[in-house]
Formats: sequence, structure tokens, C-alpha cells
Amino acid sequence: MTFYPAAAPPDGDRRTAKQKIAAYLEPWLYSAPVLILIVAIMLVPLALGISYAFRDIRLLNPFSGAFVGLKHFRELAGDGAFRGALVNTLWWTFSSVILQFLFGLILALLLNRPFRGRALAQALCFLPWAVPSFLSGLDWAWMFNPVVGPIPHWLYALGILSEPSNILSDPETAMWGPIVANVWWGIPFFAITMLAALQAIPKDLYEAAEIDGAGPIERFRSITVPFLAPTMAISILLRTVWIANFADLIIVMTNGGPADRTQIVASYIFTQAFRRLDFGYASAIALVLLVLLLAYSMLIVVLRQTMLTRH
Amino acid sequence: MASITIQSITKTFGTVPVLHDIDLSIADGEFVVLVGPSGCGKSTLLRMIAGLEDITGGEIRIDGRRINEVAPKDRDIAMVFQSYALYPHMTVADNMSYSLKLRKTARERIAEAVGAAAGKLGLDPLLERRPKALSGGQRQRVAMGRAIVRHPKAFLFDEPLSNLDARLREQMRAEIKRLHKAIGATSVYVTHDQIEAMTLADRIVAMHGGIIQQVGNPLDLYDRPANLFVAGFIGSPAMNFVDGHCRSGAIETDDGSRIAVPGGIDLAEGQAVTVGIRPEHVRIVAGSGAGSYTARVDLVEPTGFGTIVHVRLLGQDLKIYTLERGAAEVGEPLHIALDGDRLHVFDRETTNRIG
Amino acid sequence: MTRKRIVLTVLHRLAILAYVAFALFPLFWLLKVSVTPTSLLYTEGIRLWPSRASLEHYAFVLTHSSFPTFFLNSTIVSASTAVIVTIVAALAGYAMSRFVFRGKYWIVGLLLLTQMFPLVMLIAPMFKMLSPLGLTNSLTGLVIVYVAFNVPFATFLMQSFFDGIPKDLEDAAMIDGATRFTAFRQIILPLTLPGIAATLGFVFTAAWSELLFALMLISGNQATTFPVGLLSFVSKFSVDFGQMMAAGVLALIPACLFFLLIQRYLVQGLTAGAVKG
Ligand SMILES: Nc1ncnc2c1ncn2[C@@H]1O[C@H](COP(=O)(O)OP(=O)(O)O)[C@@H](O)[C@H]1O
Ligand SMILES: [Mg+2]
Repeated sequence: MTFYPAAAPPDGDRRTAKQKIAAYLEPWLYSAPVLILIVAIMLVPLALGISYAFRDIRLLNPFSGAFVGLKHFRELAGDGAFRGALVNTLWWTFSSVILQFLFGLILALLLNRPFRGRALAQALCFLPWAVPSFLSGLDWAWMFNPVVGPIPHWLYALGILSEPSNILSDPETAMWGPIVANVWWGIPFFAITMLAALQAIPKDLYEAAEIDGAGPIERFRSITVPFLAPTMAISILLRTVWIANFADLIIVMTNGGPADRTQIVASYIFTQAFRRLDFGYASAIALVLLVLLLAYSMLIVVLRQTMLTRH
Repeated sequence: MASITIQSITKTFGTVPVLHDIDLSIADGEFVVLVGPSGCGKSTLLRMIAGLEDITGGEIRIDGRRINEVAPKDRDIAMVFQSYALYPHMTVADNMSYSLKLRKTARERIAEAVGAAAGKLGLDPLLERRPKALSGGQRQRVAMGRAIVRHPKAFLFDEPLSNLDARLREQMRAEIKRLHKAIGATSVYVTHDQIEAMTLADRIVAMHGGIIQQVGNPLDLYDRPANLFVAGFIGSPAMNFVDGHCRSGAIETDDGSRIAVPGGIDLAEGQAVTVGIRPEHVRIVAGSGAGSYTARVDLVEPTGFGTIVHVRLLGQDLKIYTLERGAAEVGEPLHIALDGDRLHVFDRETTNRIG
Repeated sequence: MTRKRIVLTVLHRLAILAYVAFALFPLFWLLKVSVTPTSLLYTEGIRLWPSRASLEHYAFVLTHSSFPTFFLNSTIVSASTAVIVTIVAALAGYAMSRFVFRGKYWIVGLLLLTQMFPLVMLIAPMFKMLSPLGLTNSLTGLVIVYVAFNVPFATFLMQSFFDGIPKDLEDAAMIDGATRFTAFRQIILPLTLPGIAATLGFVFTAAWSELLFALMLISGNQATTFPVGLLSFVSKFSVDFGQMMAAGVLALIPACLFFLLIQRYLVQGLTAGAVKG
């Protein structure tokens, strides 16, 4: 007597191993160029840069290259210019972000109500964003220059300055130069993101609230703010990191001076690498900046989690 | 033209099973409708036939040839999508001829085929337009035209009429039926609308939760639903269900009324059952008599042709569909009879039909 | 009530006007100085428009300086970067939009990571890596670097454009007889053209503005890009304000042209990674 096993259902997939591998690899083939580029031109230098932080690498010294352990970091601990740059970075980052955000939000609210010529006004208000950053820096540096720029004369006329001088060359006021340029250049970023978020709020919510008797301030508080909050939070966080790393305006307008009063960490790194060609020290500073930014991002994530769990 | 055999098909998305052991044979030239509530796996099954989803287990054959590993383009089938999926950057003519161009058909043959299809669907004046410049109904026609130009082995339809308004839907439904009669191609049609299923199908496949509930011709499903799901799904207004137990030869409902057990049905004493009766099979009778019930009218919904009367009976909101106008007034008593041979009895345990 | 309305409307328009003035004034000033003859620059001070406008600075910049070369270099670098980035990002963005595959989240994570760390970090190692390959002081080297920097953001951007195209269209094409790649080429790409144009614009502007890496990697006039050229001009001849600003206006022109191109897509561009400032 023979036993026949119950007919097993046919298997769904009888492709050959080669066909299966081809199907599996398809998305990887599409992504491969991007991955190769990022690994070769961003991750490898990143790893190299981290290793430089522990080595003596000076471009003009062919005998440099030795492993020096934590030497750079010890130097860094005693480097007054670096400490100054840290403070300047905080000052630069937070005043830029806060001002960009506030004015960007106001601009978005202004542009959110219909009026004749809105499209044109919007395009003109957003135009600074398209101006290359180096040109924004130069342009504002010229605006602050009493020889060709109007601003010192206006400030003098208003009694703010005792004589029409360049605020960029006064250590007390120099930082305001790059900050003003940065605000001018960055308002559109916040205005654009906020405007998009505003336009995504369903209009009937406002109508319902109005019927329920809510005034304009109450409507703003109970509808606009909660709807905008997530966009605000995300764009502020990302922007903070971005601006902390953004050295172009400072390099162009003041080069960190006068007396290092506008030097931020990112521009300090550039100065060490570009002017002093001390790649080892520059990389050590860069590593510290990286760690600080990571810590900041972590802090944000943790804050977000605790806020989410509390609700 | 072709037959389609679906054998022991299963499908899982990640770890979520969506289709369980589907078996179905579709004969050459047959019009089969897959019907079921949304999310039951109809589209997934259709897309597996088309080759747009991998087959987790089982086998699909077209004309006896296993096609599990065949790319969609080599299956020689056409599909009409719910969204129509017309190529926005091509004219109607280009949309219709795209498949033929890909197959390197000679230009004269393409023009001929497009012309013929356009003629059948009344698309001639629209051939040079872009989809954006068409109304919903016209887009639907173009989608149909794109499917029929190349005389595929089988047509697949995924809710092709769902985006049309009611009137247009009726019109297109009739047109699809006419086209099928003319072309005679094997068709698999997915819908959640039981009226579409009833009117179009040679055979209906009722699905629920990734399982085939019943396969049969439309009137079979209407007359002898295999289980509670099919009974409730097919028919509008939906079937009335009354829960009860078998007590001394009759069905005693939960509110204590008794319904005679229809002939030919054996029930065990105490067996939990559900009795189903279609609203159109509840009779309104002149006076109370043996086997009739009396209830107060709760609500009257005239539909124009007929009237849906709601009464409170057998512990239920019982619906009655009647063609007589003015047969019931809200608040008035109504006498009702249930015909034994119109009753459906289901085992409450298995939900399957008894008898 | 209507009085209040009118007051509010007037205030609103005034505020808009103030913003427009704030946004445009520095650019206006740039233009004004660039057409002010040197002889009038110091005597007329802060007049809003010179009593006599002239194009002499433009003529000088275009004929007697290296700016035309710089302009050409920048155009070559930015255009090549934009084209390469867009092609590469279109492929990857398509994969991110259309395939479900293990490893996708790793790729997204990797792309996001590149947006978080300070790019100045890479200046030193990049120089060390490119110099033995002969890629410092060369436009090719700059293009390679710029391509890598812009590819993550462009990938997210392209993905968002692909996400906007219904998947049904490809399914329909594949049933009509196309392979996936044919469907990508003949159906999806043509529909993504506006998105591709926008991506080209975003990347072009980004490459056109890049300064720090160009400063580090380029030292000879041959391969100098516009930002580097302008900056060294400023530090060498810092009294020729008219010429500097004329050069500045020239640098502004392509940026403004591309701004027109991408204006409709600003929101998508800024949210696609919130990177390019
Ligand atoms: N790509 C997918 N990934 C995960 N789950 C899916 C996918 N497609 C469909 N499903 C799930 O499979 C089930 C059946 O879907 P579908 O076949 O579209 O249903 P129907 O067409 O009957 O409405 C649904 O629960 C749906 O959520
Ligand atoms: Mg479906």
C-alpha cells in the first residue's frame, strides 16, 4: 500500500535565485549613486576629520601627521578665543533665529490675508532668500560702510551713533552687522514655511469660531497657534542647528573681527583651516562643535518625548 | 480570450494576512464580479491577477499557464482603475494607443484599433484632448477604451464606476454589460456595490475578511445566501435578522414570539439560530389571523416606487418593503405575515445557512 | 466698525509696504551704487539716486577684469552640479517614493544625518583627499564636492515630487506593456518635469552661492568662481565700490532668474529637508 501525501498547495514564488536577487536589488540600484556619493564624499571625510582631531596635521609642515592624542583638546580648554567663539555662537544663533522667526511669522500672517497685488508683494518679500549668501554679506557690509552706505548716516541722524561710523569695526556693535544681514536673508525661510502652514488651516474652523463668538485674538490663540505649533517647533529646531553652522556671512562681513568679537565656532574652524592651515586643530574644534550640536539635538528629542508623555 | 484559474492563493503584507486560501476558476468569456465590503482584499486579489502584487502562496494560471512569475506586461491583460489612471501628458488617442506602441504594432493597425474602440465608446470627438479637459464620465470611457483597443486575454476592473455620480454610474453599468456581450472577453470586476454585482455578473464571488464566502450566479446569492454575511450584504434594503432558539419545534425569538420552522429544515432543540427575512418578503395582511403578527408602525420612508415601513416587532426594528402606497401610517397598528418558504435560517454558531 | 476696518486695512498695507521696502532696499542700494559714477560717489553721499547714472563700472568689470571668467566658471560649476544632482537624486527619490525595502529607513537616516553636521568640518579632510588626486584648484573637484552636498536635499525634494504622482499611472503603464524602467521614463519623468526644473533651480542657486569650500579648494585665477573672485576683489581693491557692486549685480542676475523658476516650489523645497537656507 502506498501513501500519497495530501496535495500541498503550489508555492507562490518560483522565480530563480537570480531573478529574486535582481528584484531585491532594484531599489538599491536606483539609490546606489546617491549612496556612493554620500559615503565617499561626506562620510569618509567626516571620519578622516574626526581622526585629524587626534593628529598633528599642518598643511605647510611636511613632517606633521603624528598621533598626538588629546593635545588639541587640552589646548582648546585653554584657548580664550575658542571660549569667546562659543559665547558668540550662542549670541549669533539665538538672536538670529528669534528675530528671523518673529519677523517671518508676522510676514506670513500679513501675507495670509488676500489683497490686491499679493502675489507680487510675496515674491518681492521672498526675494532676499534667492540672493547668494556671500552677496548678502557683502551688500550689508557696504550698507554699513559710511563711505557708500546710508545706514551710519541714518543712525547718526537718529542720534544713535555719535558720528557716522561703521558698526562693523566697533567691537561692541560688530556682531549686529552679520545678525541684521542674516535676519534680512532668513526671514523668507520662516515666512514661507509659516505661510504654508497657515494656508493648511481649514477656513471653516475660523468661521465656526466666529459664530461661536470668538474675537480675532481668541481665534488666533485657540486656532492659529495650535495649528502652527508643530511647524514652528520643527523649523526653529532645524534652523538653529543650521545657523549655528552658518559661517558665510561672518567670514564675508567681518572675518571674525574686530578682536574676535564676531568669531563663531564655525568661522573659527574655517579660519584655523584656511588661514593657519592647521587642519588638526581645526578638526578638533569641529569635533567639539559636532558633539555640542548632537547634544542639542538629543536634548530636543528628550524634551519632546517628555512633553508628549505629559500630555 | 482565456480562462483564469486561481488556486490556493494567499497573500500577506509583511506579517498581516490579507487573503486566505482563495480558490476560483473563471471560464473563458465569463463575467465574474468580486464583491465585498472595502478592505476585504478584492483589489489585492485583482492586482495579483494583474501581476502588480507578489503572490505569497498558491498559483494563478491564465489559459492553463502558470503566471506567478510573469511580469504584468507579458500577461496580456487590461485593467481599468478606479482613478482611471489616464496619462495626463498624453492625448486621448495616445492614451489608447500606448499599449499598442509598446508592442510595436504597425501605425495603420494602431489607428484602426483606436478608431474602432473610439467608435464603440463614442470617443471620436475627444481623441485629441488631454484627460484634464474631459468630464468624469468621459475619462471613464477613455479608460475603458484604453482597455479594449488591444483585445487582451482578460479585462480587470477595479471599482471603475465608484467615482461617477449615480446617474452616470447606471448608464456606464449598462454600457459595460453591453460591451461584454459584444466582445465576450473574460472579465473580473471588483466592486463594493452589490447592485453593480447583481446586475453585471455571470457569477458573483462574495468576499469578506480575505475569504470567499460564496460563489454563484446573482439570483443564487439572493435566493440562497450561504451565510449571514452574504445574506446581509446582498439585497437592499438589507435583510432583517431575528435571533432565536429552537424550542419544541418552533423558533422562539428573544422577545418570546414564535416563528414556525420552515419546511425541510432540521433543528436540534435549543439550537441558537438567526432567522433572516428580506423586507420585500414581509407581507402586510388585512387582519390578524393565525401566524400573523401585529406591530405598531415606527417610521415610513417612501422611495417613490415603493415604501420602506419600519415596525417594532420580534424585538427588532423590522423593515418591510411594500409597493402599496399608504399601506401604513406612523403610530397605526399593522398586521404582518411571514412566509415560511421565504425565511432563511442560519446557525448562529457557524453563521452558515441551514437547509 | 467700518472705521476700525479701514484703519486695520491701512495698517496692513503699510506693514506690507514696510516689509517690501526692507527686502528690496539693500538690493536697490547695490544697483544704485553700481550706476553711480566714481566722481559722484563721495560727493553725493546718501542720495537715493545719483544725479547722473552711468554704466561705466559694468563696462570696466566686463572688459578689464577677470569677472567674465569667474562668471563662466561659476556657471559651469553650478550648471554641471545641478544637472548631475538632479539625475542622481531623481533615481534615488524614485526608489524612496516607490519601493518598500529593508534599508530604506537607513538611507533616510543617512541623508538626514548629512543635513545635521557642520559642513565646515569637512573642509580640511576634503582638501587632503582631493589634493593628491589633482582635484584641488579644479572645477571638476568643486563639482564633485557640490554634488555630494546637494544630493541629500535634492533626493528628498524629488521624492516629494514623485509622491505627488499616483502610483496607478505606473501600474497602468506596466499592464499596458511597459517595464518599470520604461514606465519611469515615459510616464513618470515627463510628469515630474516641473519638479525637475525646480530641483535644478534649487541646486543651481545653492552651488552658485557656495563660498567656503571654493575659497579653500581654489587658489588660481583659472578656476576661481564668482564668490571667491568677488571676495578677493573686495579685499584687494576695496575702494572701487562702483565696480564691486556692478560685479555684485552681475552675480545677482542668475540667482534672480532661478528664483523665478522655483518660486512656485519654495514650500516644497524648504520642507524637503529644511536645509538650503
Ligand atoms: N501595500 C499594502 N501594504 C499593506 N497593507 C495593504 C496594502 N494594500 C492593501 N493592504 C491591506 O490589505 C487589505 C485589503 O486591501 P484591498 O485589497 O485594497 O481591499 P478592497 O479592495 O477589498 O477594499 C486592507 O486591509 C488593506 O489595508
Ligand atoms: Mg479596493
